Amino acid sequence: MTITPPSSGGPEAYWRAQLAAGHFMLQRAKLSGRIFFPPRIAEPGTGDDDLEWIDACGLGTIYSLTIVNQKPPTPSYNVVLIDLDEDARLMSRIDHVDIEKLHVGMRVQAQIIEEHGSALLVFVPIGPSA
Amino acid sequence: MSGKFPRGRTAISGAATFGVGETPGYTALEMAAKAGLLAVADAGLQIGDVDGLFVCLPEDFFSGLSLAEYFGLSPRFTDNNRTGGSSFMSHMITAALALEAGYIDTALIAYGSNQRSSGGKLVTSIKSNAWDLPYRPMFPVSSYALAAARHMHEFGTTRGDMAAVAVAARAWANTNPEAFARGPLTIDDCLSSRMISSPISVRDCCLVTDGAAAIVMTRMDRARDLRHAPVPVLGAAAATWWNAVAQADNVTITAAAESGPRAYAAAGVAPADIDVVQVYDAFTISTILFLEDLGFCPKGEGGRFVSDGGIAPGGSLPVNTNGGGLSYCHPGMNGLFSIIESVRQIRGTAANQIPDVYHTLSHGNGGTLSSQATVILGHISTL
Repeated sequence: MTITPPSSGGPEAYWRAQLAAGHFMLQRAKLSGRIFFPPRIAEPGTGDDDLEWIDACGLGTIYSLTIVNQKPPTPSYNVVLIDLDEDARLMSRIDHVDIEKLHVGMRVQAQIIEEHGSALLVFVPIGPSA
Repeated sequence: MSGKFPRGRTAISGAATFGVGETPGYTALEMAAKAGLLAVADAGLQIGDVDGLFVCLPEDFFSGLSLAEYFGLSPRFTDNNRTGGSSFMSHMITAALALEAGYIDTALIAYGSNQRSSGGKLVTSIKSNAWDLPYRPMFPVSSYALAAARHMHEFGTTRGDMAAVAVAARAWANTNPEAFARGPLTIDDCLSSRMISSPISVRDCCLVTDGAAAIVMTRMDRARDLRHAPVPVLGAAAATWWNAVAQADNVTITAAAESGPRAYAAAGVAPADIDVVQVYDAFTISTILFLEDLGFCPKGEGGRFVSDGGIAPGGSLPVNTNGGGLSYCHPGMNGLFSIIESVRQIRGTAANQIPDVYHTLSHGNGGTLSSQATVILGHISTL
């Protein structure tokens, strides 16, 4: 796909606009090849601002998880840390899953949903454990 | 050379707590001021002697200015460093450097909070960042839960190990008349307590209490002429590797693994030299992580280290001898209380006095395992 660079605003605004348009993007530092999240105006650690946007493959693995307990009938919900296959990490939530089946190491795939009027990145299980 | 610290050139000359537990009817500022006056009196000084003021109150971002105004002081230097519960260790670093340089002569570091009497919930102005917020992690407990869950996955740490931290803290508190939470607490009590953000349950969480604390720091030459034997500041270091846990390379290793070794190097000591340890136990997993990162046991062994009474009275290492944030007091930020417990252990006046204390370590944590700061104090004979 072709991505038009934003005419104004910072990388966070651009990332959110792309997500709203259905694209989960990541930044890559051209020199080091490092991919990172969340978006920044320069590569962390080096300050290198020669960056490019790439499409995330959308695949990842649960690095850690917690279930936030709620008083019934409010359903409890999960909060996870995902290791993306691109070697970046982010916080998210696993949808369409039986909470009991969630485990560290579970393979998951990104999905963009709308929640409270905004685009939101969540993940769903893939593979046999789903 | 960078990273130099003026070992033993400054000392804690005064220390005091006020209103630990429940102190209804007081504002946070009044409590901090009262603790400050008590600490100044403990040093045998007057409030007008204070020319460096270091303050971090939960809701007042300008609290250094507010307390200066309250005291009627116009300090040469005022510091509002707000790295959560590690703020006070960072205050000590700045104070030590400013004292050693001759920029100030008398530093007062103070804290106070009425958060039990004013509502009973943790008071914090901090929240998750915009990337994390939509997923509704409970702040700050879910961040610690994510660290705990990963620690369990990698190292086989159990909820029973975490419970052992709470039970040890209670055992110390039970013989400390100043401690807020006293009475029996068993491993089963902890394991059966309500889950909040798995694997962290109610009994894995620190208290919400009122409380105030303050210390006075001076140069060592002056400290020798004051009321108490000086408690030299041997080494101190602060480190930060991330703010949000989602940004940690490895959420089971905190920046205490940097602040600890830097503080040890400054003090010229090793973990084996430390006689009493105070670590910020906002949650039971915190104690496990910090004991590992500060070198008291290998990474991954913290759960086994604390189990079977390892850090309880009579165990292999005295940890959080006042009862810690889990059972002594936790008025939102704990750092200064663990420094004062170290001072009391070195002076020989602690409720749970450990014999022959020459070196103590006090470790502060801020945010969600984000800011780490370590202070090593010594007996005067260690100079």
